[in-house]
Amino acid sequence: MLDKMFTSEAISEALTILKEEMPFALWETTYVTVLATVFAILLGLPLGILLVAGEKDGVLPLPKGVMHVLNVVINLLRSIPFLILMILVFPLTRLIVGTSVGTTASIVPLVIAAFPFVARLVESSLRELNPNIIEMAQSMGASPMQIIVKVMLPESIPSLISNFTIAITTILGYTAMSGIIGGGGLGKIAINYGYYRYKYLVMLIAVIILIVLVQVFQSVGTKLAVKLDRRVKH
Amino acid sequence: MIEIKNLSKTFRTTAGTVEALKNISLTVNDGDIYGIIGMSGAGKSTLVRCINMLERPTEGAVLMDGQDLGALTQKELRKVRRDVTMIFQGFNLLMQKTCLRNICFPLELAGVKKEDAKKRAMELLEIVGLPDKAENYPAQLSGGQQQRIAIARALATQPKVLLCDEATSALDPKTTHDILELLKDINEHLGITIIIITHQMSVVEEICNRVAILDGGVVAEEGDVSAVFADPQSDAAKRLVFPDGEEEVVPVHPGERVLRVVFNGAMAAGAPLITQMAMDEKIAANILYASTKCLGDKVYGNMLLGLPEEEETVQRAVKYLTATGNVLVTEVTGNA
Repeated sequence: MLDKMFTSEAISEALTILKEEMPFALWETTYVTVLATVFAILLGLPLGILLVAGEKDGVLPLPKGVMHVLNVVINLLRSIPFLILMILVFPLTRLIVGTSVGTTASIVPLVIAAFPFVARLVESSLRELNPNIIEMAQSMGASPMQIIVKVMLPESIPSLISNFTIAITTILGYTAMSGIIGGGGLGKIAINYGYYRYKYLVMLIAVIILIVLVQVFQSVGTKLAVKLDRRVKH
Repeated sequence: MIEIKNLSKTFRTTAGTVEALKNISLTVNDGDIYGIIGMSGAGKSTLVRCINMLERPTEGAVLMDGQDLGALTQKELRKVRRDVTMIFQGFNLLMQKTCLRNICFPLELAGVKKEDAKKRAMELLEIVGLPDKAENYPAQLSGGQQQRIAIARALATQPKVLLCDEATSALDPKTTHDILELLKDINEHLGITIIIITHQMSVVEEICNRVAILDGGVVAEEGDVSAVFADPQSDAAKRLVFPDGEEEVVPVHPGERVLRVVFNGAMAAGAPLITQMAMDEKIAANILYASTKCLGDKVYGNMLLGLPEEEETVQRAVKYLTATGNVLVTEVTGNA
């Protein structure tokens, strides 16, 4: 396979494909990743807050049964392999997007797969918070909602950003899989050319670009988390 | 005025029930600096959290100016908590907010307009002596400075009572002293009642006028600081006032008579009492034990004197010492 990969013929062919398709694929991947992450956070953030605040000793205790159902649903969604989840949510995708194939359609299974994950990440961020801070807020007469909005979330911002960075890189990895159901992007190029048409060089380059993208998201996220952390003396 | 009436608190744990507080009754008057002192595990922290209902008492009541705090709804209680604020051992500042915004925090909770809150916060920064730290973040401040910001924050809503939960335990002696001075100032100038939870005797000595000694969840002793320190009655109080143990007195010579001299605010200035007695009365007293403390310019504490056998000498010594004023003399029979 390697000997055929770097012939001048293969290289010029790969360059043509890249020139024609890569900019759009890169855009598709970024668009799907960012949108899926935004929706996953919109669903996962409140859920993660409930997981912490709703506990027996939390600021907004919820009935034990409700907490139990929340935990089971999250664990259930997290245990379904993404490949199978994509197919399982077809009816829902059709309902929301109007079709179950294509780039935009692939956002739906991505969100379904990612929001329980985000909820767990938010949960772990909020649990890092010093409980004495919450007691302080209570002693000053803060209501449960005030504690969540004015204390728990702002105090957890650096940790939340770090965890959202983990989420976005994981979702980026998942987008590559959605090439299977016709979702566009770098994953589709890697599969279509590399797997179906044996153009391994194209696949290799697509994978390298994915790696670079992950690096970029990760380092921007880490920098932002450090910069916004006021516990660090700068 | 805060009245704690027959308050008990029991915690249910998997290991069984723990009685943290048993039948506590205390009264804190307006303008007091009231110390609640005890060893770790004595229930001090639980008691202070019962005062603002962060912990619900299992039995008994906390009355603030006659109002039963236990009977209030959550919403009413949140309002009361603006009048009874709290500072902590770990300062508990919001680390992601500037000092100014930390001080504004309770005002923000109370719905005060941003501009007004900011103005008030700047005044408070002035009071705690950190007017130039408004835009700094807590992590950029020393421990003592952080506690000053926490004090400013606790004063923002113009409370009647300030609860201090081991507020100086994480600070070095010099900083502790400065913070205590600040609290004293606040008490005197703003008329805020202060309740101090501590395990440090020195804190109570320095600023409290009244003290309750908590031991194993019960009040072992309560009263004016001077009275309790001068002549502790309970074992717990004795342990705190004489940490080295009263028993460690020099062995009494056979036939020697022992007097307990209690200093209850005697003027210390220019009175080497025992030497003076030796010179004036020619009585050579043997100091068996002494633990005296100066509070302001007055002496409090306890001394055991060994005296020769003769009744006449003892009588003279008692007369001489009592004449000083604010000195109590009793003879100790048997071993001290």
